[in-house]
Formats: sequence, structure tokens, C-alpha cells
Amino acid sequence: MRHLLSTRDLLRDDAIGLLDIAEDMSEVQNREVKKLPTLRGKTVVNLFFEDSTRTRTSFEVAAKRLSADVINFSAKGSSVSKGESLKDTAQTLAAMGADGVVIRHSASGAPQVLAQSGWIDAGVVNAGDGTHEHPTQALLDAFTMRRRIHGDAARGRDLDGVSVMIVGDVLHSRVARSNLWLLETLGAHVTFVAPATLVPVGASTWPADIRYDLDAALAEVRPDVVMLLRIQQERMNAAFFPTTREYARQWGLDDERLLALRPDSIVMHPGPMNRGLEISSRAADSAQSTVIEQVANGVSIRMAVLYSLLSGDREARS
Amino acid sequence: MARIVLQNSDITRALTRISHEILESNRGADDLVILGIPTRGVILAERIGAQIRQIEASAPVDLVGSLDVTMYRDDLAHHPTRAPQRTRVPAGGIDGKTVVLVDDVLYSGRTIRAALDAIGDLGRPRAVRLAVLVDRGHRELPIRADFVGKNLPSSTDERINVRLSEIDGSEEVSIDLATGAGA
Repeated sequence: MRHLLSTRDLLRDDAIGLLDIAEDMSEVQNREVKKLPTLRGKTVVNLFFEDSTRTRTSFEVAAKRLSADVINFSAKGSSVSKGESLKDTAQTLAAMGADGVVIRHSASGAPQVLAQSGWIDAGVVNAGDGTHEHPTQALLDAFTMRRRIHGDAARGRDLDGVSVMIVGDVLHSRVARSNLWLLETLGAHVTFVAPATLVPVGASTWPADIRYDLDAALAEVRPDVVMLLRIQQERMNAAFFPTTREYARQWGLDDERLLALRPDSIVMHPGPMNRGLEISSRAADSAQSTVIEQVANGVSIRMAVLYSLLSGDREARS
Repeated sequence: MARIVLQNSDITRALTRISHEILESNRGADDLVILGIPTRGVILAERIGAQIRQIEASAPVDLVGSLDVTMYRDDLAHHPTRAPQRTRVPAGGIDGKTVVLVDDVLYSGRTIRAALDAIGDLGRPRAVRLAVLVDRGHRELPIRADFVGKNLPSSTDERINVRLSEIDGSEEVSIDLATGAGA
């Protein structure tokens, strides 16, 4: 692998390979010395044009655990806010000798542009671009599901036959899209549940079922996994639903819906959570919730991605 | 042309001898940990562990583990990305123990160098020993084996193939005159 831009073009074997490497990386997190010397002397740049403390920190921890040097380059207070173009930023980073660039951008496709431009010869990791994709989030979600379902025997396995229900703002969610492609590749079946106003045009061509009534969908599908998406207040720029209370009542995972789930179903949320809106406190803190595991697994997955992109002979893979 | 240098029975005898030698030098099986280096080193380590348990009834049940050294290699940048293998340390850990590393072929010594670094991140053993099925020479680092199945002087353009029944279906060590020597 040279870049990780989307989960749509990720082959099944490559995806399982990444999940397996992440298993090894997660074992390192339990040791006394949590660091590996693998990427010593390599430089990873976190290029964040959008604020995201969680994802940036997760990538930073992952890179540091592999002994890479990390440079955080955020849009605020940098030359980007002075009007520098992506091209000039990329060439600046190339001149400083960056081996890997982790990029988050509000424009869908920005990581693709960076990877294919020839401005910089570094491995590019998409850490979220517009409403397009967020591949490491999908990988860590798949990793979390695989671990909960298969336990210690998870290595080499896919998610064949697992039914995943993704609830909420599908329209703006890159997490939903990345998850859909990856879960489809791994053999799981995805059902989206959302208010009709938050389903994008063209979603009917996706390999997923689309439902509008959460209670009916839960009763019918009895899913293995329920994933709640965050209602992103900053993107609620139109009247997608009347009030947050109404949203919580119709599409939120409240206590009643939690109790109606199968006892072995798991509850996922990519964070940060709006407690009381898309997920109740009881659901978030229940034994079925994987929210904290997802954060820990995020570091393992990002270590696996950085290892796969940056450790080998880059010439041999182009 | 492949020439067979160790047959099934030779391998069994060599491992039996190594097991006895390990017990002799350690004065029993107390505080012993056997760590195999994937892939074939793990199989050899398991066989040595089984032998030791047969010889010494008091040997700990959880004696054998595996130690992946991929992340510690010094040649990662010269090859396509390698998939790491599993590391598993016996429940008692390695602090204060005598660790015996097991690999199939000892060649440049670079794998063992990486293994020593990996061990350093897992704990602080009292001593680290090295057992190999074949020592083919051509060391590039000041490393030697404590327990050797067979010394096999070879030229660098020869290739040593270790086949074990668990994963290769057959059981032998052969020597190939091929370009591009093996590990």
C-alpha cells in the first residue's frame, strides 16, 4: 500500500491484513515498554485543515509509539490561514523531508489531490475529507466488531454475515460512507436508518438497506451492531428535523431501545457523543457499548496503517 | 539440485540433544522460557518444550512462547512491507528468567540482534541463550549460538531449506545451489 485514501478501493485481503497487524499493535499497548523502533528516523506530518483533537491525537500517539517524529501542522495560526495553497503547503512539507502526511480537509478529495499531485513523495493517509471518507475510523470500527464477535480467534477472520445498523446523519457522515464500503468488502450487511432529510441523493444505489423508522427496523433486523452517528451541530444549517428532542425520541438510542436490543448486540459511536441526543447515557455506559474500546483500537489501527505505508521499500510498491 | 543434509530422524535426534543440553546448562527446568522466532522457530520451540516436559516432570506447563522480530529488523526499508507475526510470552513473563531463543537457521545474526532488542522491550531476563537447528556461518555481527543442531558450512550463494511436517508437509533440511541465498 502506498496511500490510504478510501475504503472503497481497499481489497478484502489488504483490509484483513491491516486488521491483523492492528492485533499485533494492540498487544504492544499492554506491555511495559509501549514503543516500537520500527519507524525511527521517519517523519509524519499531521496536516489538519479542520479541527479534530481526537483524531489528531490518536495519529500522534500511533506515530510516536512507532518511534516516528511527529509534526503537527494545523490550519489555525499557520501559513494556511494566510492564504497559502495546498500545493505550496505540500511542497514546504516535502522540502522538510516528510515521509508520511496525515491530512484532514473540509474539501472532499483533498487527500487524493495531494497523493496524485507529485508535489510530495510521501505516503498520504486520509483522516477525513469533507463528506467523502474517513477510512481509519471505518477500520477501527471493523476491528472493534471483529474483536467483540470473534474474541482471541479474530486473526484472519472477516465479518461474514454480521448485520450492522448505522443510525443518524448519513447525509454529512464520512464515517457512514467509509464504514459502508469496508463492511461490504468484509461480508457484513449494512442497514442505514435516518430521517429522510438526512439521506443523501443517490443512496439508493448503495449496497445497503435504507430505513426511516428506527423502532420498526430494530424489531425486524435484530442487528448484531448498532452504530450511532453524531448529530453534527455545525452542519445542521437547514431544517433537517424539527427539534433535537424530536430527533432523540425518534432516532436516538434511548434506554427503552437499549433494553429491547439483543443482549449480545454491541453499541458503537465514533465520538464525540451528544449524550441524550443520539445516545442515552445509559446506552453509552452500558457493557454493550464499545465507545472506549474504539478509542484504544483507533491507536492500534493507525499504527498498523502507518506501519504498512511507511516501513517498507517505497520504490517497490509504486 | 537440492541435497538433503538432515533427515526426519536426524532432526528429531538433534532436538532431543538440544533439549538435554538446555536442561543441563540451566540445571533443570526452573525459570526457563523458550521463545521461538516465527515461523519455523516457533514449531521447533514447541517441540523442544514438549521434550523438556517429558524429561523433567516438574517443568512449567506454560514454557513456550513466540517472539516476532519484524518490528525490530534493520532491513525493513529494503523490502516490501512485511506482515508481522504473533508475539506471545508465557504467563510468568520473562523478568529474571533464562530465555532460550529458538530459530531454524543462524546466518547473518541480524534476526537475533533484532530479537535481543525485542526481548529488551518485554522485560529483563536473567540470561538469554540461543538454540538453532542449523548454523550455516557467515555472521555479520558478534553473535553465536549456545545450542546447535548441525553446523553446516555453506557458501553464500547456496540456499538452506528447512521443512517441518507441521507446515511444509515433509521433514528435512536440504541445501540448494541457487542464486539469492535464504535467511
